[in-house]
Amino acid sequence: MKPELSAVPRLAPGVRLNEKSQKERILLMPERALKLLGPSLEIVVRCDGKHTVEQIAEALQKLYSKAEPQRITDDLLDYLARLHDQRAIDF
Amino acid sequence: MTETLESPLALVAELTHRCPLHCVYCSNPLELTSRATELSTEEWSRVFHEASELGVLQADFTGGEPLARTDIIELVHSARAAKLYVSLISSGLPLDEGKLGRLVLAGLDHFQLSFQGARAETANEISGTNTHLAKLRVLDWLKQHRIAVTLNFVIHRKNIHELEEMLLIVEEHAPGCVEFASVQYYGYGLANREKLLPTRAQLDRCVKILTEAEQRLRGKTRVVFVVPDYYARYPKPCVGGWGRKLMLISPDGVVLPCHAASVIPRMRFENVKKRSLRGIWEDSDSFRAFRGQQWMEEPCKSCDRREVDFGGCRCQAFLLTGDRAATDPVCSLAPARGSVDRILRELEETKNRVATDSIGWVYRKNPA
Repeated sequence: MKPELSAVPRLAPGVRLNEKSQKERILLMPERALKLLGPSLEIVVRCDGKHTVEQIAEALQKLYSKAEPQRITDDLLDYLARLHDQRAIDF
Repeated sequence: MTETLESPLALVAELTHRCPLHCVYCSNPLELTSRATELSTEEWSRVFHEASELGVLQADFTGGEPLARTDIIELVHSARAAKLYVSLISSGLPLDEGKLGRLVLAGLDHFQLSFQGARAETANEISGTNTHLAKLRVLDWLKQHRIAVTLNFVIHRKNIHELEEMLLIVEEHAPGCVEFASVQYYGYGLANREKLLPTRAQLDRCVKILTEAEQRLRGKTRVVFVVPDYYARYPKPCVGGWGRKLMLISPDGVVLPCHAASVIPRMRFENVKKRSLRGIWEDSDSFRAFRGQQWMEEPCKSCDRREVDFGGCRCQAFLLTGDRAATDPVCSLAPARGSVDRILRELEETKNRVATDSIGWVYRKNPA
C-alpha cells in the first residue's frame, strides 16, 4: 500500500537501525536485516514519526538535485510501500 | 576454494534444553543436554561479544524454553550490549507481566510466541500440558510493549484443520508476523511422523487458505508459510546453506551449523569453552565439511540449482538415505526420492486407519 503525501511514516515496533559505531548501516527486524545504502538510508533515517512523506521527498530532491523531482517522489512511494508490506514501517 | 567466507548473520542460542512443554515435534535432539553442563551467564556473554565481533547481527534465544533460565534478563541485556538484535523464541512460559516488562527494558527486540493449535484441547494434547490459555494471556500482555511480535503455529495433520481459527487469533491480535511452520521430520518430529504428516488434500486446502490470508492481511501481518518439504519439488536451502548464514550453540557450548546436525555421524563439533567462535566458524572441520560444492554428489554437482538450495538438508539426507553427502531425498531429482514417495503413498493408503486419537505419541522428555 502506497502512503499519502501527508502520511508520517515511522519504524514498526521491533524494527531499528544497528548501532552507529558499526561500519554499515543495517535495518534490523525479526529474522531479517536490510543493508541500507545511499537513498535507502536517507529515507529510513527520516522514518522517525516526525517527517511527512512530502517532507522526505523534498529532502531527497535537495540531496539528489540532478534527478527529476517527480521520479524521486515515485521511487520514494514505491520504496515506502515495500517497507510497509514487509512490516518494517507504519504510516 | 577461492570464494571469500562471509560472516554469519544469526546466532541461535539454545540457552537450555529444559522446557515446561513436551511437544511431539520438538526439534531438540532426542538426547538432551543436562542443566549441570549448561553454559554460565558469563560464558554466554563472552559468546555474544565474540559473535558480534565476527559480524553476527541477530541473536535468537531459544531452547528448550529460554525463559527457564533464571538469568534470562541478564542474558538479554548482555546480548543487546554486544549490539545484537535479540529475539526470544518462546512458549511464553513461565512468564508474568512484570518479568515481560523487565525483558523489554533489558533490550528485547522481538518476541516469537508459539502456539500448538487454535483450540485448547488440541494444543494441550500436542504439548502434553495444560498451557494454551496461559499463552493467550501472554499475547495480551505483549500488546502493552513496543516490540516486534511473531506468532508461530507449528502445523501438521492433527491441527491443520484449525487453520481458519488460528487466523482468527491472528486477526484479533494483529502481530507483525505470523508463521505457519509445517513440522520438520527430525528428532521427535521424526519419531511421530506417521501421526504428524499431513495428507495431500490437507496441504492443498492449507495452501489455498494461506494464499488468501496473505492478500487479506497485507500491510497488517506478514504471513510466512513453511511448506512440508516431503511434498516439495525441490529441497529447502537448509539454514541458508551449511556454514553460510547461521551458527547454533547448544546449551553446553557445542557449536553446530543447524539444529539437527548432531545426528550426522563421524563429525566432531567443537565447543566455545575450548575455542573462539571465529576459529570455529572459519576453520573447523565441521563447518567446512559441506561448505561450497566440493562435497556434492550427482545430480547436485552439475545442477543449476546448486547455488539455490545447496543440495538441501544434510541431516535429512543422512536420516533418510544413510549417506550424509547424498542429494536431499525430498528433491524431485534425487536418486532416493522414491523413499519419500513411498512414505507419502503409505500415508494415503492408511490415512483412514492411522489413529487420530491421542494414543501413541512420543512426548518430549526433559533433561536431567
